Amino acid sequence: MRHTLAVLVENTPGVLARVAGLFSRRGFNIDSLAVGRTDNPAVSRMTIVVEGSDQVLEQVNKQLHKLIDVIKINDITKDAYVDRELVMIKVYTEPATRSEIIQLVDIFRGRIVDVGRKTLTIEVTGDEGKIDAFENCLRPFGIKELVRTGKIAMLRGLKPGTKTNGYKEEDMV
Amino acid sequence: MKQKKLSGAEILIKSLEAEGVEAIFGYPGGQALPIYDALYDSGIKHILTRHEQGAAHAADGYARATGKTGVCLATSGPGATNLVTGIANAYMDSVPLVAITGQVPQNLLGKDSFQEADIIGITMPITKHSYLVGDPAEISRVVKEAFYIAASGRPGPVLIDMPKDVSTAEMEYREPDKICLPGYEPVLDGHRQQVMKAAEAITQSKRPLIYAGGGAVISGAYEELLQLAELIVAPVTTTLMGIGGFPGNHPLSLGMLGMHGTRYANFAVCECDLLIAVGARFADRVTGRLEAFAPEARIIQIDIDPAEIGKNIQVDIPIAGDVKRVLKQLTETLSPVLREAWRDKIAAWKKEYPLSYCDKGGLKPQYIISEIYRQTKGRARVTTEVGQHQMWTAQYYTFTQPRSFISSGGLGTMGYGLPAAVGVQVGCPEDVVFDIAGDGSIQMNIQELATAVNYNLPINIAVINNGYLGMVRQWQELFYNRRYSYSELLNPDFVRLAEAYGAEGIRVTTRDGVTPAIERAIRSGKPVVIDFVVDREENVLPMVPPGGSLDKMLG
Repeated sequence: MRHTLAVLVENTPGVLARVAGLFSRRGFNIDSLAVGRTDNPAVSRMTIVVEGSDQVLEQVNKQLHKLIDVIKINDITKDAYVDRELVMIKVYTEPATRSEIIQLVDIFRGRIVDVGRKTLTIEVTGDEGKIDAFENCLRPFGIKELVRTGKIAMLRGLKPGTKTNGYKEEDMV
Repeated sequence: MKQKKLSGAEILIKSLEAEGVEAIFGYPGGQALPIYDALYDSGIKHILTRHEQGAAHAADGYARATGKTGVCLATSGPGATNLVTGIANAYMDSVPLVAITGQVPQNLLGKDSFQEADIIGITMPITKHSYLVGDPAEISRVVKEAFYIAASGRPGPVLIDMPKDVSTAEMEYREPDKICLPGYEPVLDGHRQQVMKAAEAITQSKRPLIYAGGGAVISGAYEELLQLAELIVAPVTTTLMGIGGFPGNHPLSLGMLGMHGTRYANFAVCECDLLIAVGARFADRVTGRLEAFAPEARIIQIDIDPAEIGKNIQVDIPIAGDVKRVLKQLTETLSPVLREAWRDKIAAWKKEYPLSYCDKGGLKPQYIISEIYRQTKGRARVTTEVGQHQMWTAQYYTFTQPRSFISSGGLGTMGYGLPAAVGVQVGCPEDVVFDIAGDGSIQMNIQELATAVNYNLPINIAVINNGYLGMVRQWQELFYNRRYSYSELLNPDFVRLAEAYGAEGIRVTTRDGVTPAIERAIRSGKPVVIDFVVDREENVLPMVPPGGSLDKMLG
């Protein structure tokens, strides 16, 4: 089963190598890993998608916890969460196919971010399924280049009991 | 008043002094020169080993014997990479170690500079944590954190990499702030509910068995373990790392279990209905075939490292916490039980299947080790190398005190024993120290004999010399049709070698020579090498073939 982990880490040099090294060394499979800093510049957040049985995930969790730089791990797989991925695709275009591609971009609520003589570069965000579908639609035209960010994810709302400086959850939405 | 400025290296040494460091094992070199210069004026004793690997093992031996954190120091590049085996060894056996390495100045980092090695990257899988110090202002905090991390929770090695420009830059010394590591909070007390569950399982059990590992020694749970075992009448078997954690001469002691364990320990594992794992990690050398390990037992596992719980085997009642504290919690909830049938069965096994060997023919290693035990009254600190002699030591020297058996368990590092003995003798100057070695292993770090002579460390080295890599030969005999592929050794004359180093050398070839040689060695007050020329093809028995089940033992 695929699990989505939200991992808060100290924003130190080498923290990515520590986490990635741990996964490869212990034979855990990373499907995707996205990392960037949070509202606190000393803390980064990783979204790691990892494949494995519950037992494997328990080990992933515990081993990650042993890294001093790992502050908190949240396996959000079974909770309600929103996730997004961003893809940029550079696709070949000819005058004959251009409008069809632009229509597809509209359907997927994407944006054209660059226009070349024989290519269009398109950005689309969404969950993994949508990104896959979009990629499949463009494939017949010829994809020159493709880059995906990997999934980032966040829990919906607040977990019960979360302190919010006196505000109720509804007030904050 | 304005404070005097100090160099980064001086701040480093000052920070080490603040941690109470008494001894450093190390080897100087280019990028470590500023650190060595600062060390020159310090009260810290520095032991110059003859190889950086020796420094790491010596610091490790020092830590295991004293319970304090060991410190080793080396220069960049090859100095640092020579520490690697020692760091890995400490990591596998959870030894608190702080390794400090010089590094090229930061402007030369990543340029393949002379004697540059990415030691942080190289040691990432074998350190608990590591620091590349980028600014002298970080040094006092880094050192404080490093010692805290190395010694707390499940101990382990921490590396501090010091670029030369950081060592030479000057600034005022700043007391480190309180440690703030939000991602590191070792769990110490066992969860109340889990402890209750465990107590209930113990009360219900008819045939409980305690299986104690290195964690029992590390957490200092000697008294607590003894109390629990006597309270619930549970026999205790230890892993190699757990040796000394429970008195080997106690009626409830079953000695070591696993591949070269006693028959009665392995039988007890097979027949117990409750296995209480105390700071042990169900390693493959212990369990043999996992499916056949403790088949009738419910399992309680107590460990300070939650990642060890359920890693190798499914556990019924996990308790994360410090072994010493959890055992205390357990004993407080339990009341004494008499388990006469179980106790009698164990006693009968011990009588029927004792450790034994045939004391005929040539000189027997088992006899030598029994004799060392007799003459040291079981009170020596004994290090070993790795191989047959290590197993015989585990079997025939009856250890009764924690931190008295010092051996490379997880990594199985040949060449560990001699430098470890150096560290042990530095940490415990009053104690008799033996390194029980093989003729193969001893040659892996023989250069540390010079260190022992240099610092007047009266280590006794008993070389069990059979002219083979004995354990390799044993496996070749048993599993490779006696094809002794590259396991026979042509050795130097160990007596003359010892003398060349300025140590004493004694050769023993007969049974009668054993006792006087050991007596002479202990009395000599100098490092002594005793070359015991033993029966060449003696095997370590009993033996569970790799991947076999524990009740199917050879020999």
